[in-house]
Amino acid sequence: MLRDEDRIFTNLFGFESFSLEAARARGDWDQTPELIAKGREWIISEVKDSGLRGRGGAGFSAGLKWSFMPKKTDGGPVYLVVNADEGEPGTCKDRDILRHEPHKLLEGCLYAGVAIGATACYIYVRGEFYDEAANVQRAIDEAYEAGLLGKNACGTGYDYDIYLHRGAGAYICGEETALIESLEGKKGQPRNKPPFPAQAGLYSRPTTVNNVETIAQVPEILRRGATWFANLGRPKNTGTKLFCISGHVNHPCNVEEVMGIPLRELIDRHCGGVRGGWDNLLAVIPGGSSTPLLPRTVCDTVLMDFDSLREAGSGLGTAAVIVMDKSTDIVEAIARLSRFYAHESCGQCTPCREGTGWLMRVMNRLVKGNARLEEIDMLQEVTKQIEGHTICALGDAAAWPVQGLIRHFRPELERRILAYRSARRVAA
Amino acid sequence: MSSAAAIAVEQPESFAFSPENRARAERIVAKYPPGRQASAVLPLLDLAQRQSDNWLPRAAMDHVAEFLSMPRIRVYEVATFYTMFNKTPVGKHFVQICTTTPCWLRGSADLVHACERKLGISMGETTPDNQFTVIEAECLGACVNAPMVQIGDHYYEDLDGPGMEALLDALARGEVPAPGSQIGRSTSCSVKGPTTLLHVPKRQASEPEAAPAAEPDLATAAADDAAATVDAGAGVETAGADIGTETADSGESGSPKTKPRSRARAKSKTDAGTAD
Repeated sequence: MLRDEDRIFTNLFGFESFSLEAARARGDWDQTPELIAKGREWIISEVKDSGLRGRGGAGFSAGLKWSFMPKKTDGGPVYLVVNADEGEPGTCKDRDILRHEPHKLLEGCLYAGVAIGATACYIYVRGEFYDEAANVQRAIDEAYEAGLLGKNACGTGYDYDIYLHRGAGAYICGEETALIESLEGKKGQPRNKPPFPAQAGLYSRPTTVNNVETIAQVPEILRRGATWFANLGRPKNTGTKLFCISGHVNHPCNVEEVMGIPLRELIDRHCGGVRGGWDNLLAVIPGGSSTPLLPRTVCDTVLMDFDSLREAGSGLGTAAVIVMDKSTDIVEAIARLSRFYAHESCGQCTPCREGTGWLMRVMNRLVKGNARLEEIDMLQEVTKQIEGHTICALGDAAAWPVQGLIRHFRPELERRILAYRSARRVAA
Repeated sequence: MSSAAAIAVEQPESFAFSPENRARAERIVAKYPPGRQASAVLPLLDLAQRQSDNWLPRAAMDHVAEFLSMPRIRVYEVATFYTMFNKTPVGKHFVQICTTTPCWLRGSADLVHACERKLGISMGETTPDNQFTVIEAECLGACVNAPMVQIGDHYYEDLDGPGMEALLDALARGEVPAPGSQIGRSTSCSVKGPTTLLHVPKRQASEPEAAPAAEPDLATAAADDAAATVDAGAGVETAGADIGTETADSGESGSPKTKPRSRARAKSKTDAGTAD
């Protein structure tokens, strides 16, 4: 278990104020000018060496992503965009940073800004997070008043503005190029890549988009050193991570833990165990709704990090752990996710626009068993036709939960189909 | 689809920002580089919706298009793409029940039934007295506090059927229930109290310092009523302003005091609460 002195988010639950004064007492905004004076290359190499991988789901090296930004300036604007459009079902970690630790985020925005040579930063907060956005705006105002942001930020000679931008309800805007489109005042429909945002992002200018948690971890990494962070967790899966454990546990909660903690320890130690005991566990969705579910046997031993979960046929995603006990109608649980993706498809790519609706309709029939046995294979085949055939990963995200269900619960699907048939035969 | 997704048949003839909102809109546009004023379309549509009793008439879209020098069709396609813009009138209390899987696992269906029973309407409908509109929403991002609803701007969490009915009763009585956990949990912390952060040196945390006087100009600039309700975390049940509908015009005169709940309070409520 992570020691308390190694935790980054010491005000995760908002026991203390989020104000600048309280944040400073917790150690935020400490040595900021000195760290900035060490320069762009130092910041990038520290973050690279720490092993920090993006906390928004993809798990790409944050330092490496920053290094893709053009090194030479043409004098024009360069942007950092913070993805605070949290909406992956199961995920509610960035919300706690926005409302309880906004100064960690702002301080991280400053270092990330130096690292990529940014001239300004936009924090794109999902529209429904109204109270959270109010806290972030308060923190921005405090930081400007204290001279930490704006012209000559922290007295370093670096001019850097941070603006809050609120979304208006669209899951797809969590995809980085859709988010950029939305920030430009358009429908949130993902862009074809290349060009990548590092070449042409917001207003066609070099742009890096990072998740809230990724950015908010940077100040502590720079203060304590890359080695400290790299020594937590497992090789290539380093540091601390915010986990959101929802569903059928006794005490659902958010918690910061070490990367690679065993799933069972996470649930037993922090959530009072699975409802009805570990033996009552049916399945776990380990990393937000897009990651394929894990059956109980895998849950017994699996570790919670990027590589372990990939090996187990799933993914860490946003580390949103959705726990389902044996009372769960597993088909309906996944069918509800299919409905989510059908609702959230932006409609740009045909395989996703048509496919997500098709998945939803077939899944809804499978809940009742109103299907033919061959349709299970057909369903699998259609998920493969969606996966990898769309501009963004929403199509993949819609396909994976269904694939996970077929992989691990095919006998249950068959049982329902046969039961539905025989019930109809009796009735007739 | 909800009724709010359709386009209202009866439309007001005209719309214009109030002088306060016009000034606010200009400050929002200033956040973006010159010539990039279209970036302000989401916050301005939000502002217009707040000025129009929480729905977006076509005249308001046209006004925003003109304000931002955008073709109307570009504004229409944005207004119809994002779910937070209501294209038909909604009730005074706009209740959105999250029913995506994490909330569904914790009993969001009970909240749907409670609303239907209590209000006598189905999902997507508005009560005849225009007090309540209830819709199903997709994941609202408060999954460890499931099941939950959003009413106006605020989240009400850790609900069950009776808790949902109590909320509706309170709203019907004209009260403004304190947002957040309805069983006294401290935000996303376990109902049994924290399992972490027990050994971090703590300052006296029972009374967070008073919020600074500076007022945020939130993109929609409506933090004042948020403050009133969130501050009710101090224990008041009914303090504060109307939720959601008057914000845009109520100006920035209030002093936003969105404080975190104190640990002492969270604990005492937990002890007395409905922890299982």
